[in-house]
Amino acid sequence: MFSEGELELLQKIISQGLLQALGETLLMTFVPTILAFVIGLPLGILLVTGDEKGIRPLPRWLMKLLHFIINILRSVPFLILLIVVLPLSRALVGTTVGTRAILVPLVVAAFPFVARLVETSIREVDPGVVEAAQSMGASTFQIIWKVLIPEARPALIANFMVALITIFGYGAMSGAVGGGGIGRIAVNYGYNRYKPLVMYFAVILLVILVQLFQSAGNVLVKKADKRIR
Amino acid sequence: MIELVKLSKTFSTADGQVEALKDISLRIEDGDVFGIIGLSGAGKSTLVRCINLLERPTEGHILVDGRDLTALSSRELRKARKSIGMIFQGFHLLMQRTALENVCFPLELAGVKRAEARRRALELLELVELPDKAGAYPVQLSGGPKQRVAIARALASEPRVLLCDEATSALDPKTTRAILELLRKLNRELGVTLVIITHEMRVVEQICSRVAILDGGEIQETGPVSEVFSNPRSEAGRRLVLPEGEKIHVLPENRLVRLVFDGAAATEPIVASLAARQGILLNILSADTHAIGGKTFGSMVLGLPQDETEAARALLYLREIPGLTVEEVTDYVF
Repeated sequence: MFSEGELELLQKIISQGLLQALGETLLMTFVPTILAFVIGLPLGILLVTGDEKGIRPLPRWLMKLLHFIINILRSVPFLILLIVVLPLSRALVGTTVGTRAILVPLVVAAFPFVARLVETSIREVDPGVVEAAQSMGASTFQIIWKVLIPEARPALIANFMVALITIFGYGAMSGAVGGGGIGRIAVNYGYNRYKPLVMYFAVILLVILVQLFQSAGNVLVKKADKRIR
Repeated sequence: MIELVKLSKTFSTADGQVEALKDISLRIEDGDVFGIIGLSGAGKSTLVRCINLLERPTEGHILVDGRDLTALSSRELRKARKSIGMIFQGFHLLMQRTALENVCFPLELAGVKRAEARRRALELLELVELPDKAGAYPVQLSGGPKQRVAIARALASEPRVLLCDEATSALDPKTTRAILELLRKLNRELGVTLVIITHEMRVVEQICSRVAILDGGEIQETGPVSEVFSNPRSEAGRRLVLPEGEKIHVLPENRLVRLVFDGAAATEPIVASLAARQGILLNILSADTHAIGGKTFGSMVLGLPQDETEAARALLYLREIPGLTVEEVTDYVF
């Protein structure tokens, strides 16, 4: 069923490069997700609070501009973004190939998506609770820090996992253009050199990782949400 | 003392301008329990939100102890709001915090140290008779306890005034009474002024000393509860206080008679025999009678004919029937 020497190749990959590939994959998943939240969390909150009926309305042209930029970035397919952003990668991390270079387009692709996820999470917070906080004399910052974020915490954790898994998928895709990790094993050995066994192995590994992330996310959300009796 | 001076609020909607409040002037004395009653859509919620400027009035001023809230900077306003507590129909508790942490919330806003905040929050939970629920999350509490937590939270900043926006409207009658009793206790013991917004007469009757009737965004009348409720002068007041009054007006008869059956012979159908023998037709407005062992017990309300002589003949006939008490009534409840 499999061509000769395929099993040996797989064994070789497992014993020599797998651990490093796994490490790269995790790095390419967690680092850009966290960086995307560093940008996307404040941005998403701003989209809610700066709204016409938000707690601190911002000029309408500014809000329209923000929504426009986010929509543009979200509509560019990731593979195209990957290439377009290469000059930025060179400027920021000094290279256009390898795991580090891929981090830049991953963050650029993910932060607008994360901003939208944060926006919907924050919008779920009961406006009545915000009003109650205002009636107690809370400042805008206090409302964001002590009401909006803590009350939206379960939704934020759930959406962190959605972002994490999406970015994980992007990272695996980047194996095609010089990114590292398990994605590269699947593409280089499995696809380019036509070793289906290696490809299946890599894909199954990716599936298992997604399952793990999702299960961990579900447990965290359940633990965090005090609305569940 | 809270003074509302010529308050107006106009909302701009897609269908044009909506005047929610029109030229409202009110004065609420310190330590008072002041009710603002009106049907839904009367502008009650807008009015109460204007008192702490959650809603900014289009015109007019809000004076709290002589200080005009509409003239304050946002920082000063936030400070002023700490002396005006507010509770809501929907409680609006922080769902991800325990009861104790909810009560701590305004103390955290004010920068009170954690240990001190918890100590005071526990005292407040004791004050609202809920000390054993400190560790419970809102989802684990039913309506009454939730509102108690909200009251404790509103009191944490030691406000002089507590605004209650339909605070008991989501509660059953028994819980409503208990919450109102608690509010009255707080008014007596802490001297906190209560402003009670409601659409329910019984809430005003139970707790308020003065009341304003709001209708169509305007104050229709205001005064002591006993006066306004016993003798409402405005049309809106009469509609609120005497809701049955309207029903009686639309009845065709001007005289009503109540028959109390105390063992009259059930074999003789009274209304039918009046029609057959005397030619007098009566309206049955309500009847609740039971035939037990060939005799009738219960009561019935009949409308007498417009014609005076016919009405007199009918009364004469009815009064002669043994086991039947006949009395004329001026109004009754269906």
